Amino acid sequence: MSQPGVEPSTPTPPGGQPPAVRVRGLVKSYGSVQAVRGIDLDVAPGETFGFLGPNGAGKSTTINILCTLAEASAGTAEVAGFDVVSQRAAVRRQIGLVFQEPTLDGYLTGEQNLRFHGELYGVDRASAAARREQVLRMVGLWERRGDEVNKYSGGMRRRLEIARGLLHSPSVLFLDEPTIGLDPQTRKSIWSYLNELHRTERTTVFVTTHYMEEAENCDRIAIMNEGRIVALDTPDRLKAGVGADRVQISTHDDNEALRRLRERFGLDAGVHEGLVTVSVPDGAGFVPRLFTELGVEIRSVTVQRPTLDDVFLAHTGSTIRDAEAGAGPSAFAVMARRGR
Amino acid sequence: MTAEPAGRVNTAATRVPVFDLRHEARAALVVWQRELIRFGKDRTRMVSSLVQPLLFLLVLGVGLGSLVGSGAGRSGGSVPFTAFLFPGVLAMSVGFTAAFSGISMVWDREFGFLREMLVAPVSTTAILTGKCVGGATVSTVQSVVLLALAGLVGVPYSPVMLLELVGLLFLCSFMIVALGLVLAARIKQVQSAFPLVQMIITPMIFLSGALFPLSGLPGWLSVLTHVNPMTYAVEPMRSVVFDHLQVDAATRARFDPGIVWSGWQVPVGVQLALVVVGSIALLAVAVARFARTE
Repeated sequence: MSQPGVEPSTPTPPGGQPPAVRVRGLVKSYGSVQAVRGIDLDVAPGETFGFLGPNGAGKSTTINILCTLAEASAGTAEVAGFDVVSQRAAVRRQIGLVFQEPTLDGYLTGEQNLRFHGELYGVDRASAAARREQVLRMVGLWERRGDEVNKYSGGMRRRLEIARGLLHSPSVLFLDEPTIGLDPQTRKSIWSYLNELHRTERTTVFVTTHYMEEAENCDRIAIMNEGRIVALDTPDRLKAGVGADRVQISTHDDNEALRRLRERFGLDAGVHEGLVTVSVPDGAGFVPRLFTELGVEIRSVTVQRPTLDDVFLAHTGSTIRDAEAGAGPSAFAVMARRGR
Repeated sequence: MTAEPAGRVNTAATRVPVFDLRHEARAALVVWQRELIRFGKDRTRMVSSLVQPLLFLLVLGVGLGSLVGSGAGRSGGSVPFTAFLFPGVLAMSVGFTAAFSGISMVWDREFGFLREMLVAPVSTTAILTGKCVGGATVSTVQSVVLLALAGLVGVPYSPVMLLELVGLLFLCSFMIVALGLVLAARIKQVQSAFPLVQMIITPMIFLSGALFPLSGLPGWLSVLTHVNPMTYAVEPMRSVVFDHLQVDAATRARFDPGIVWSGWQVPVGVQLALVVVGSIALLAVAVARFARTE
């Protein structure tokens, strides 16, 4: 349990606590390709910050720079007040990492993996055992601590990695696609652990995901597309900003439907995920008009309140699934990872 | 029972200074421990890596011994060929085990654990030193089974000799683990790791004087044996064994001719110094390669 009021006797920079993450003008190029095209970002201590975008948007590149695993081509980045280039070792001590790819030793037990990590990070020996128990209990693996990790399920392994990332009490926990390749139920349980840790440890959580519904768990979200941050706010405000419901129609003739929506309704519709999609202020009230006035056979209609998908659509001009389908190789890479 | 207050900015910075030798040592120690834990779990590896040296010692040694041994040791105490082979087979055993230990970094990379080690706030040197000491410990412990067979092949159970051999085997293993690490930094594919080790270690063993004396070799072969670092690890072992055998000078000169550099008999101390320098150099290369590429 956290103990409010226990302040470490650390010289904090003038002006109180530094931001957990501070990024200015960050650029990363690979040859002629710019993966990250100049982003600015501030994450407050204790915040759960979501980095949202399709594969290939530049999320992992950014997170790698913040974790000192890649060097920026231009711009600066600080984590917990330390520069990621000139104070690399200090940054590494301040962060916990959960990668997309597993990084556990399957032949060691869960607890041995944690013990290894604690020694590597110089965790105080006197409190190490208690801390191991604490994080193992938090992710519900205390009873299985003596089992070889090879015998763990995918979800258990991911939970163990989260526990390990927290073991040395980092200021910022970075998670790169922590739920990728997991089934929906396990994904949900991972998020309940992350929310729990947010409550009890007040660790800053910086998480990337391309699952829109998961981003709802974050205090604030940055939507990244093609190397740029296109929107940054709380999920609620982002959705309110869209201000419209999404109506998706399956029709007999999509092209004709698009034409008539434009001519008769004055609406700019598009085809997304194989459905004619249009944004209107009052979706439910729009549907009866649609049936009487469209003049194209309608097979089905769905009306949705704004979701983060719509936010993404509004800011990028495509849904996240469209964007992923376009990014051939990376979508394939996801498949390959899932298949493992 | 509470752990430290959690998640405050800069907590970790107060706990661990920027460079802390004690922290580096702890990191190296836990990498060493991991090697031991994994070795302890892998019974198959323990048994299978003993088969080849045993075949060489008992089958090849005894078989060839009937041919070679007949001409040996007429004038003084006779030397069974197996006694000659004994230090060589020990070197061979630790050579392979140690090389596989080093190359196992390729698997660590494949399964992601290398990343866990290299992103930690410790130096790559600490990690790889732990790996070398761990691999050397495992190889040396394994060779104890062979040491136990000394009496069977005509080598006396002298405690001093056995202790000296253990030390030399450890040193030799350390060098070969470091070599394995240098290779592992380059090899990205798991499938190529084993063949590569075979391809490099087998000639090193053959050209080290482990299986035949280095005296009276043709020029090209002599050059190869002299540039082979393994030679300088094997010869001290043979020297130690022969110190404890009842042999006359002529027999010893024939079976244990030592290493000669254009007329200069290289002392054992110099040989050992070369192995130490070689080990450090290989470790430094491995550190540089891992720090750059990962």
